[in-house]
Amino acid sequence: MSQFYTSTDHFVLVPAIMLALFGCAVLLFDFFLFPEPRQRKRLVWFLFAGEIFTAAGLWRQQAFLASEGLPEITAFQGTLTVDGFSLFFNWIFVAVSLLVAIVSWRYLEIEGEHHGEYYGLILLAQCGMYFLATGTDLITLFIGLELMALCFYVMVGFLRERKRSNEAAMKYLLLGAFSSGLMVYGFSVMYGLAGSTKLRAVAAAIASRDAWDPVVFLAMATTAVGVLFKVSAAPFHMWAPDAYEGAPTTVTAFLAVGSKAASFAFLMRIFLGPLETARPAWEPLLVLVAVLSLTIGNLAAITQNNVKRLLAYSSISHAGYILLGLIAGNATGLKGMAVYILVYAFMTLGAFLVVVALRRENLIGEDIEDMAGLMHRSPGYAVLMLIFLLSLAGIPPTAGFIGKYYIFLALLETSHYLLAALAALYVAVAIYYYFRIVRSMFISEAVAAPPLESTVGLRVALAVTGVLTLAIGVYPEPFLRLAQTSLVR
Amino acid sequence: MLHPITNAHFLVLSAALLLIGTIGVLTRRNMVVILMSIELILNAVNINLVTFSRHFGDVHGQIFAIFVITVAAAETAVGLGILIALFRNRETVLADEVDLLKW
Repeated sequence: MSQFYTSTDHFVLVPAIMLALFGCAVLLFDFFLFPEPRQRKRLVWFLFAGEIFTAAGLWRQQAFLASEGLPEITAFQGTLTVDGFSLFFNWIFVAVSLLVAIVSWRYLEIEGEHHGEYYGLILLAQCGMYFLATGTDLITLFIGLELMALCFYVMVGFLRERKRSNEAAMKYLLLGAFSSGLMVYGFSVMYGLAGSTKLRAVAAAIASRDAWDPVVFLAMATTAVGVLFKVSAAPFHMWAPDAYEGAPTTVTAFLAVGSKAASFAFLMRIFLGPLETARPAWEPLLVLVAVLSLTIGNLAAITQNNVKRLLAYSSISHAGYILLGLIAGNATGLKGMAVYILVYAFMTLGAFLVVVALRRENLIGEDIEDMAGLMHRSPGYAVLMLIFLLSLAGIPPTAGFIGKYYIFLALLETSHYLLAALAALYVAVAIYYYFRIVRSMFISEAVAAPPLESTVGLRVALAVTGVLTLAIGVYPEPFLRLAQTSLVR
Repeated sequence: MLHPITNAHFLVLSAALLLIGTIGVLTRRNMVVILMSIELILNAVNINLVTFSRHFGDVHGQIFAIFVITVAAAETAVGLGILIALFRNRETVLADEVDLLKW
């Protein structure tokens, strides 16, 4: 009989405990300590404390793995697995949560919806992400996904008085709940195949069957719908533009980066774990999904005038690129996925942060016209936005180029020449719509608009994302090594 | 003569519930009914899980089902909360009348 809660279990669970503890502490102390609305910004310190303890827990896990030379630590009889993969993603989540939190305060003040639970929801959503990256059990993954998704439904609808925010949250919730319902049906079929909820047992059960077995196909297809919905790949992308546009911009940034990275971690756990042996069955489907994502994302972005909506379509096309890495499926492709997700996180976050900076009293600042002449008004922001857009388009020497380089390399190594050609073609399309923003910023006449006021948090966050976007592009070696560690299994 | 109820019957019931729920989500206009259809899908999952749990004599399926029930309750609570906020501002619960966000 195994012990119920061993010290290893605790060791693996510490970051999640810290996130949940501080998340709940925010909800509790919001009432007791800070009855006055203007005191609420102090709640961000709870988030900082929570992230410090979480980072400490992750650091100890990393040091333990390194000192013992172990590939992984498993806990709760194989329910949670800490390995390079989970640590890689969890570091991204910590960075993203911190960067989003430090810019949120002023933005929410302007919107008039500054509530303490915002920080609590960030922490709890991150707790869900922790389980998505670390879980190796169907139940754990499902709970992690739902914990993250429920927090995001609430955060998207955070501007209660705004019709757009309500509408975005409602659409996101209905489609999200539907897709996760289908996904968990797939999980139940997997349980039926294996008689166990452990991913390892499910993998063994699926491996013992034919790749085209109808029951395996049913489990794969329903699971894929839920997973692909969460990474907003076409044709399951319908929620993304609406949710991104209607949500408060800081939440959009968190949704576009945190939720997407966590969902890709989940996708890789599922498709490279239990479904690996069913590759002949899912590869054609994923090729279709990736091509559709690239096509719809890039073509629909051309006509957008709202920057948030444009970036939403761009994020759909980025999901397509990341999926191409999975389709290639060799070591370069998987490394490419990890690098791309890392790069995507910082460049997309940066682009959304510039949109956050454009929000002022009485001015929403989300349209491309609102950026007209930004170079003459606030050159710093214009240059940073240029860097992020170059990176999103994949032009060297920015980070986006490194991400795309490995994806293309993997496609060529595995002789997917047609897919590589198509993906390269869409880079050209992407340059066109990103440069609509650049043209507006640099060439259009400056419009009379109130100046941009920046906070310390915003400046720090923009500096971090800007420096990283350039650094990964100019000197990629340490980041590539980091991505490489995520692949040791 | 009565036939005993086998696991296959449960699985067919579950598949039928999944189908009804999916059709409900895709065709109904009222968002409250859509939420109810999502509940049907989750109940299909529960029947599946409990059936397999009985079949294998393994308790994990029932644990999973309890988690699914919990998540369904949380999802409905959040969903109805957002729906009430939406209704206050828009005075409608029909999905096709909620159309501010469009390309």
